[in-house]
Amino acid sequence: MNNRILILFAHPALERSRVHYRLLKAAQTVEGVTCHDLYQLYPDFLINVDREQELLTQHEIILFQYPLYWYSSPAILKEWQDLVLEYGFAYGQQGSALRGKLFANVISAGGSRAAYQADGENHFTIRELLRPFEQTANLCGMIYVPPFVIHDANDLSQAEIDATASEYQQLLSQLHAQHLSVPALTRLHYLNELIA
Amino acid sequence: MALLQEAFLFLAAGVVAVPLASRLGLGSVLGYLIAGVMIGPFVLGFVGDTEHIMHFAEFGVVMMLFLIGLELQPPVLWQLRKPILGMGGLQVIVTTLIIAGIAMLFGFSWQMGIAIGLILSSSSTAIALQILGEKNLMQTEGGKGSFAVLLFQDIAVIPIIAILPLLTSQGSEPIQVATANSSYLDSLPDWQQALVVIGAIISLILIGRYLLRPVFRFIAESHLREMFTATALMLVVGTALLMNMVGLSPALGAFIAGVVLANNEYRHELEANIDPFKALLLGLFFMSVGASIDFNLLLKHPLMVSLVVLGLVAVKFVILWGLAKIFNIQGGYRYWFAFALAQGGEFGFVLLSFSLQNQVLPAEIVDVLTAAIALSMVLTPVLILFNERLVQPLFESGEEEAYEEPMDKQHNPVIVAGFGRFGQIVSRLLIANGVQVTVLDHSATHIERVRRFGFKIFYGDASRDDLLHTAGAAKAKLLVIAVDDRATITKIVETSKRHFPNLKLYVRAYDVVHYHELQRLGVDYIERELFLGSLHLGEMVLQELGMRAYQARRKAQQFAKHDQDTTKRLSSFELGSKKYISISQQAREEVLELLQADRINRDQQEQDNAWNAEERTQRHP
Repeated sequence: MNNRILILFAHPALERSRVHYRLLKAAQTVEGVTCHDLYQLYPDFLINVDREQELLTQHEIILFQYPLYWYSSPAILKEWQDLVLEYGFAYGQQGSALRGKLFANVISAGGSRAAYQADGENHFTIRELLRPFEQTANLCGMIYVPPFVIHDANDLSQAEIDATASEYQQLLSQLHAQHLSVPALTRLHYLNELIA
Repeated sequence: MALLQEAFLFLAAGVVAVPLASRLGLGSVLGYLIAGVMIGPFVLGFVGDTEHIMHFAEFGVVMMLFLIGLELQPPVLWQLRKPILGMGGLQVIVTTLIIAGIAMLFGFSWQMGIAIGLILSSSSTAIALQILGEKNLMQTEGGKGSFAVLLFQDIAVIPIIAILPLLTSQGSEPIQVATANSSYLDSLPDWQQALVVIGAIISLILIGRYLLRPVFRFIAESHLREMFTATALMLVVGTALLMNMVGLSPALGAFIAGVVLANNEYRHELEANIDPFKALLLGLFFMSVGASIDFNLLLKHPLMVSLVVLGLVAVKFVILWGLAKIFNIQGGYRYWFAFALAQGGEFGFVLLSFSLQNQVLPAEIVDVLTAAIALSMVLTPVLILFNERLVQPLFESGEEEAYEEPMDKQHNPVIVAGFGRFGQIVSRLLIANGVQVTVLDHSATHIERVRRFGFKIFYGDASRDDLLHTAGAAKAKLLVIAVDDRATITKIVETSKRHFPNLKLYVRAYDVVHYHELQRLGVDYIERELFLGSLHLGEMVLQELGMRAYQARRKAQQFAKHDQDTTKRLSSFELGSKKYISISQQAREEVLELLQADRINRDQQEQDNAWNAEERTQRHP
């Protein structure tokens, strides 16, 4: 059976976004993908926990898609985690609803790949900065897959953005259609390498 | 009785022919013209001499220009000065000279040539604007250009009337003007006449700006709708009379009056009241043109008359096309412009009889030209059809966007009905976000009050479809109904659903019962008028009682969400029925549960325990 993919999308100013707008549009065309625009659905952060949990159980692959804000996700995604990943649902003795699902981040960052290095401006790699997400996935028994990262997001030309969007599309189609080897996936540094 | 019979004939002919013509895609103008031909002396012979009717019906053109003026804010008019003077002026001069030249080739004296040229240089405002309006092209380059040329022609009428008597070839003493343009002024010396004319225009502007607002307000407070209609008609008729008295074109005067009132709060109300009269009179005008066509003359000299008609249309078309090119009217619009204006104008009829009286032109010529102008008017809608079906498709690629865009700029996407406590907040939020809003309110006193605070709102009853129409409902995206009377709200919803089915309706509901009623009418969004304010007050009380602000906010939000969902759900049941009551009771219990079981503080103890190291290691060895 094909994998169903849930994209939990968080961008507080999508109207000004170049990259994520295109990415979201591209994702919407892929079969088996559910795009869930959190800021549009919950403008006052009043997240419908039951509905979110039900959606999670209906999908095999969970993606968080967002621009990197202060080395983490925009606020609503944190609120989402605080509320939806409940004890007894996502973790704890009876909390096994997410066990075995694949989890990955799809992020854009203003800085270059070189800036996210021990000797770069940001001192830590993206993989290091995303550790809280990695451990959250671990605690929920999910398989943490390396992130799909778009570096230099503010300086991309329209052609580069289009190229990235189509890579993203390919990635989603592959995730949807194929039985991927989990060890092979987790060995990657960035998910981008799967396409390249 | 004779009057009633005649009225019945014209109405019946119009009612039969116009819908048929529209259905066949021929447009209303051709429908009216055909109806006129049918009842005229040469086909069915129901009506004889239609000259007096045409004269009366020309008043429709005056009303039309008044309405156009109402839509033109003075700054917009100022922007049009270049096309009006440049394109309009060139059109009149070039057309006059070329037609005069052609006439001289056929052996006419230069005086007669110039006279014929001047008479034929004007186009038909009634036909051109009616057609362009019907095709929704008035805001396009072609529409604006046409309007500019027509306006200049209207201004040019004054000097033309002055020049014509000087062109008598026999050198006989010109007979003093015997048409409607005769005035008390003729006995005065020229400079005094000029002063009186300028004085009349200034007083028109002053009256429009300062005197009419309190008058309208007084009338509006009487709440008698027919009084407004009477006032509006009186205004237009009065302007026409004043202009006649000083020897100016009544249409021009009405146009100026319209522009002066374009900023007035009562503009939409005026428009809605004048519009049906204008439409009927123009229809009558077109029919009388149709009925006046002298088919005997056409039968006697078929070749000569057809050549004159075709020559007239062809010469005008070529000149207009060239002007459009010079003034950079693009692509398809150039053809709309040239086809819409390539005919003789209604003013040509007046000038012809005037020339006859002044012995500028002999009767035979006047007869031929009268027939030619009428026939060229009939030809216009036919040419427009040709343009629409065969010429425009050549320009369609890539032009579609340009087609839509100017409309959006002109017309406000949101109409707000009611500028009370509710509508004010809605409108202010929209305006603060740069949204173009048209506000209607039905209380003259209220309008006066908020006007002093700098709000621009219009007087009008939004439950009338004609007023919604003049406020732009056909082009707006969304109508906010913010009036406070539930019956009126429902009435406005029904009216807009019937007449503007594409308009989205965002509506204020009085209470839950009204909410259900509105939901059944299929409005797009409903907000109960006191709900959010009361909710917020409740939230503040919770805070005051010691609840932390964030908790209080969440409780209020959850309460609101649940209540709104329940209200929506209840709409499918009859108010007060068993089912309705049981569901509301159930909902009230639900909300208690919900608020006590907020996820954020649920099982805090258990959750905290889950974080101890022992349990984690258990699950993740």
